[in-house]
Amino acid sequence: MTSGKQKIIWSGIAVLVLIYALFPVASILSTSFKAPSDLTSGKFLPSSGASTLENYQQILVGDAQGLFLSALRNSIGIALIATVIAVVLATLCAYAIARLDFPGKKIVLTTALAVSIFPVISIVTPLFNLWRNIGLYDTWLGLIIPYLSLTLPISIWTLAAFFRQIPWELEQAAQVDGATTWQAFRKAIVPLAAPGVFTTAIIAFFIAWNDFVYGISLTSTESARTVPAALAFFTGASQFEAPTGAISAAAIIVTIPVVLLVLLFQRQIVSGLTQGAVKG
Amino acid sequence: MAAITLKNIVKKYGDGFPAVNDVSIDIADGEFVILVGPSGCGKSTILRMIVGLEDITSGELMIGGQRANDKAPRDRNLAMVFQNYALYPHLTVFENIAFPLRLAKGKHQEEDVQRLVTEAAAMLELTDHLQRKPANLSGGQRQRVAMGRAIVRQADAFLFDEPLSNLDAKLRGQMRSEISQMQRRLATTSVYVTHDQTEAMTLGDRVAVLKKGELQQIASPRELYEQPVNLFVAGFIGSPSMNFLPASLEGNILSTAIGDIEISPEKADKARDRPVILVGVRPEFFEDASLVEEHKLHHGSTFTAELTHTEWLGNEQYGYINFDPAPEVREMLNSLARDMDADELRPQVVVTLDAASKIRGGRPAELWLDTRRLHLFDPKTGENLTLDAEEGARLTAEANAERAEEIESARQVAAG
Repeated sequence: MTSGKQKIIWSGIAVLVLIYALFPVASILSTSFKAPSDLTSGKFLPSSGASTLENYQQILVGDAQGLFLSALRNSIGIALIATVIAVVLATLCAYAIARLDFPGKKIVLTTALAVSIFPVISIVTPLFNLWRNIGLYDTWLGLIIPYLSLTLPISIWTLAAFFRQIPWELEQAAQVDGATTWQAFRKAIVPLAAPGVFTTAIIAFFIAWNDFVYGISLTSTESARTVPAALAFFTGASQFEAPTGAISAAAIIVTIPVVLLVLLFQRQIVSGLTQGAVKG
Repeated sequence: MAAITLKNIVKKYGDGFPAVNDVSIDIADGEFVILVGPSGCGKSTILRMIVGLEDITSGELMIGGQRANDKAPRDRNLAMVFQNYALYPHLTVFENIAFPLRLAKGKHQEEDVQRLVTEAAAMLELTDHLQRKPANLSGGQRQRVAMGRAIVRQADAFLFDEPLSNLDAKLRGQMRSEISQMQRRLATTSVYVTHDQTEAMTLGDRVAVLKKGELQQIASPRELYEQPVNLFVAGFIGSPSMNFLPASLEGNILSTAIGDIEISPEKADKARDRPVILVGVRPEFFEDASLVEEHKLHHGSTFTAELTHTEWLGNEQYGYINFDPAPEVREMLNSLARDMDADELRPQVVVTLDAASKIRGGRPAELWLDTRRLHLFDPKTGENLTLDAEEGARLTAEANAERAEEIESARQVAAG
């Protein structure tokens, strides 16, 4: 058991880490409520009376609406589709890796790892040329494909590790207990595998959602530009005015779904990462 | 309740290697049969074929008089306890035990499920833990949940796959006696796989000893111990294991590396005309000659040997005699050791002495050997030359009678 003193030390460390991690978020949040004239005040909070929703209005219903809302739609659509494809493919692949013995199993895993450590920036130029030639430039599919190369490897690795821990004997136990093959899978294996698949899906979604390099390089119009890329195209009211406030507001809006997802599913994520300990 | 019959069962894997080869076992209704052998002997494979998790390559499996070769596991109505329990981690203890009942849709009302699970839990002392998850239970409790899941439905037979091997020694002893009592109380046919011979000897009505997929002998524990059919069974059953001494026979005298032993003419006759025979002597057949009672002395033979050292255990002591066998005999002893999963059979004789014995290592000592009980083996075939089949059959019949009696008295206790 931890003594009182240890608890205090750990709480202290936790607070430090939280401040370190959340200060930028808090700073952006407060900036998003600042009026343009207030941006350079050098104060953390908006000056009293100057707090404003102007920035949010600008991106949701104002000038920047076209730019932001279409980007939001693209981001959600592309990230979701990439996640679904990645998780479905990775589940099948990881199942095979965890349960079957076939030649080339190692190669699949090493290849996946090699792909994931390849720097994105080195592929983006050839990809740009290729996409332009075959007509994938500035389309959803043109982003979904490179996103799969980011999300698939990590999904395969996490799911394979997860599936290896599942005691597959349970399937047999359930059959002996009177289940059909399908019932055994559904009642004994799916409840155990679901948290892992879920955790992987969330990780994959974040990766696709947060990407900037592909988003900015492989798109040129609203038809496929994602939010991280769109933020770079915000302009101020005049060329002498920085769009900092609007960018902050947009950043807050795209952070919300991520935070919501984690808050809603944190129990599943945690149990996904810890469940599987069955043997004694 | 059902009898299980295995008729010439063979299991071959893809490479054609027979993991189980021509095994026939008759398991009577209510009997407790143990499958024992070193790892890789096919014991678990047999169990998994009975329950339906492995296909049977050839041969016939009958459960309750019906051919079950091609039945799905769920249609065989057998209950199995797995080595690592195979509990459903996402379900509570209650739901784990209720799982088979819930699968049999429409068969059980909710009240029935409640009642059956509560009864099973009470029997296994799990009542306080019904709402907990398996991850929060100790090894022994998980083991009990696994058994609860097996006994909650009226299965035709229980199958145990090394159920105690994950428990520590103390708990293992306790669970062993619980399994034994439970089986007697329920009188359900049981097949139990283990590599632990203590479990085999204490639990089984009959024990089937397997080696490399072949059935060596199936008999009551006492018959296995006293009338083993061959070298392998003799060496595998018993701890410390039986000593094997190479010897040559002249007249009625066996001359061995540790001294000359006189045996009865009847025994000697069965082993004549062989250049070398192996004498199988259990450690407890020896005794300090000075401590043997007068009237027993003439049943055995006295000889002088030098012990290297002794180990005093309180209730008895072990003494060790080294000997130097001929190379071909040494080779044979080593291959026997490999069969039994040991690295090497040391050319050493273990003797059990009375705790009061003053014999110590390094000095010549007078030892007495009970020659009535020793066995002579053919070193080439491993066959037991002095096997007394009648005596063996008598021992097993005795065990069967005891079992019937125990089940009857358990029924009366349950009824009254």
